Amino acid sequence: MATTLNPEFEELEELNERALDAVIRVEDAHKYYDLGETKVHALRGVSLDIQRGEFVAIMGSSGSGKSTFMNMMGCLDKATAGKYSLNGTDVSKLSKNELAAIRNRELGFVFQGFNLLSRTTALENVELPTLYAKLAREERVGRAQKALELVGLGDRMDHFPSQLSGGQQQRVAIARALVNKPSILLADEPTGNLDSRTSVEIMQIFQELNEQGLTIILVTHELDIAQFAKRVVVFRDGKIRRDEPVLSRPSASEVLMKMPTLED
Amino acid sequence: MDFRATLKIALRALARNKMRSMLTMLGIIIGVGAVIAMVGVGQGAQQAVQTQIASMGSNLLMIQSGSVNRGGLMMGWGQTKTLVEDDAKAIAREVPAVAAVAGQSGSSGQVVYENQNWATRVNGTEPSFFTIRSWQFSAGAPFTEQDVAQASNVAVIGETVRQNLFGATDPIGQTMRIGNLPFQVVGVLAAKGQSGMGQDQDDTIVVPLSTMQKKINGQTWLGSIVVSAVSQQASYAAQQQISALLRDRHRIRQGQDDDFMVRNLADMAQLADSSAQVMTMLLASIAGVSLIVGGIGIMNIMLVSVTERTREIGIRIAIGATEHDVQWQFLSESVVLSVLGGAVGIAFGVATSLIITKTLGWAVLISPMAIVAAVFFSMGIGIFFGFYPARKASRLDPIEALRFE
Repeated sequence: MATTLNPEFEELEELNERALDAVIRVEDAHKYYDLGETKVHALRGVSLDIQRGEFVAIMGSSGSGKSTFMNMMGCLDKATAGKYSLNGTDVSKLSKNELAAIRNRELGFVFQGFNLLSRTTALENVELPTLYAKLAREERVGRAQKALELVGLGDRMDHFPSQLSGGQQQRVAIARALVNKPSILLADEPTGNLDSRTSVEIMQIFQELNEQGLTIILVTHELDIAQFAKRVVVFRDGKIRRDEPVLSRPSASEVLMKMPTLED
Repeated sequence: MDFRATLKIALRALARNKMRSMLTMLGIIIGVGAVIAMVGVGQGAQQAVQTQIASMGSNLLMIQSGSVNRGGLMMGWGQTKTLVEDDAKAIAREVPAVAAVAGQSGSSGQVVYENQNWATRVNGTEPSFFTIRSWQFSAGAPFTEQDVAQASNVAVIGETVRQNLFGATDPIGQTMRIGNLPFQVVGVLAAKGQSGMGQDQDDTIVVPLSTMQKKINGQTWLGSIVVSAVSQQASYAAQQQISALLRDRHRIRQGQDDDFMVRNLADMAQLADSSAQVMTMLLASIAGVSLIVGGIGIMNIMLVSVTERTREIGIRIAIGATEHDVQWQFLSESVVLSVLGGAVGIAFGVATSLIITKTLGWAVLISPMAIVAAVFFSMGIGIFFGFYPARKASRLDPIEALRFE
């Protein structure tokens, strides 16, 4: 969105307006990886707007650039060229510590492998982001407890990950992602290690969170899972090929009721 | 608050692999313990020397026969035969800065009482010796000028000799044999303990000079003369005057070396003190090397730990840990390791010092300053050797780290 005239005042107003709408704005992002002799062009000019409250599923095969894109959105990596604004702030201008603060407070991460700390209890795992937010002890524990109750694990706070099922571990991970009340949740193949029923249970949680206003961006290679989102963006060869809303989006709770339980 | 949480987290991380943590700490424990023990021994020696300086009085002079231009302490003792009793008398007469004089001649001897025997040094000297050397008596009295004139067979014994020969019996009036000769015990010296140089001062027998020269060692010359100056200030003047007098009496020409040595004992003790200091430094440095090795052990283990926990570090960074947060986490672990090791090491060092005192009899001095220094030093080791692994951890790329198996 280049403007030839550039009165600062106008741009500021526009930015503010945009901030109320677009939570994520990516403009012509490029990413190059230098692997010694070869140079990999992972993102070849990606532009994407995501508004507040959206539920986006990102799909694509390996090498399509979707993981690179997720890393960039998660502020774990920076684009080589192009602009990425998060809640109105240009991320490429931020220092390492500022990025860390964004990851801590604005974003929540959920991974395929859960990535919980193995010798710590569920409560302490969920508390971890609050430690880095330098909150006081009572507040840390209080928030962690509420987050765990939110995902239905209020009775398992003292359990270790090894004592929890895959689905429960992922729910702890979701609680951890939510504990600092972020505006965006980023999930990278969150159902990849779960059976079909548990996968839908997790999607149910995501849908409920989205109903309450949380912006969710999900990476998956399964169309069934992507259907629970509201919008599907397909990557291929470093570019976005398709960007469509989901028609006839199923409700995860309804699907659960119809699903055969494990005993059947 | 932050501190307590950090401590708890660090301890928890270290407790994950107790064996490994304890073995790593062992390096620090041994290092700190060794330094504490060595410094204790060294400082104990220094203090013993200083106590001796104080007890000897700073106006004491020792004239030894034989030239000693080799920088040694007691070389040529009694090898030259030019120092004689008349020299001692002349010094007493003609050097105004001198308060008292006592010539000495010695020999080693086997002493026997009933069925006990003991080997010791026998010192033949004059009654003034006891005052000059500040010897007190726990029983009996010193022999007299008359005893010297008559070359009587009387003896004063030190506490160690008393214990080994007489046990519970009262030695005063008893007859013991020195070599083949009978001697009557007239006095027992009050205990003085070990000298700064580690010798048992109570292992001694003192007899009249004439008795020694005529009946025991057959020498007409003296081994040494002890002199007390009128005051500490006068001791230097006395030193000069005695040298001049003896050179004259011994007809030593200009440019010729003295055939004696006049020593200001306070100087000698000062020398012993500085060499004790050097010894302390040396011992501490050697022990310090083991501390460095302990530190290297910490660095090694922390590097292993960082590699093992690469995934965990990636998670923490993704969740919002800054470089500083990660650095702090690992540094706190290495500091806890080293400080805990240091604390145990201090206990270990103190225990070792006590064992040394009990078994070897050396004086050991543990100063609170040494302990405080040990605590800070072990903290420093933890910070210094833990720094590189902590920095390495903080610089991990989270994306790579999260993929790490």
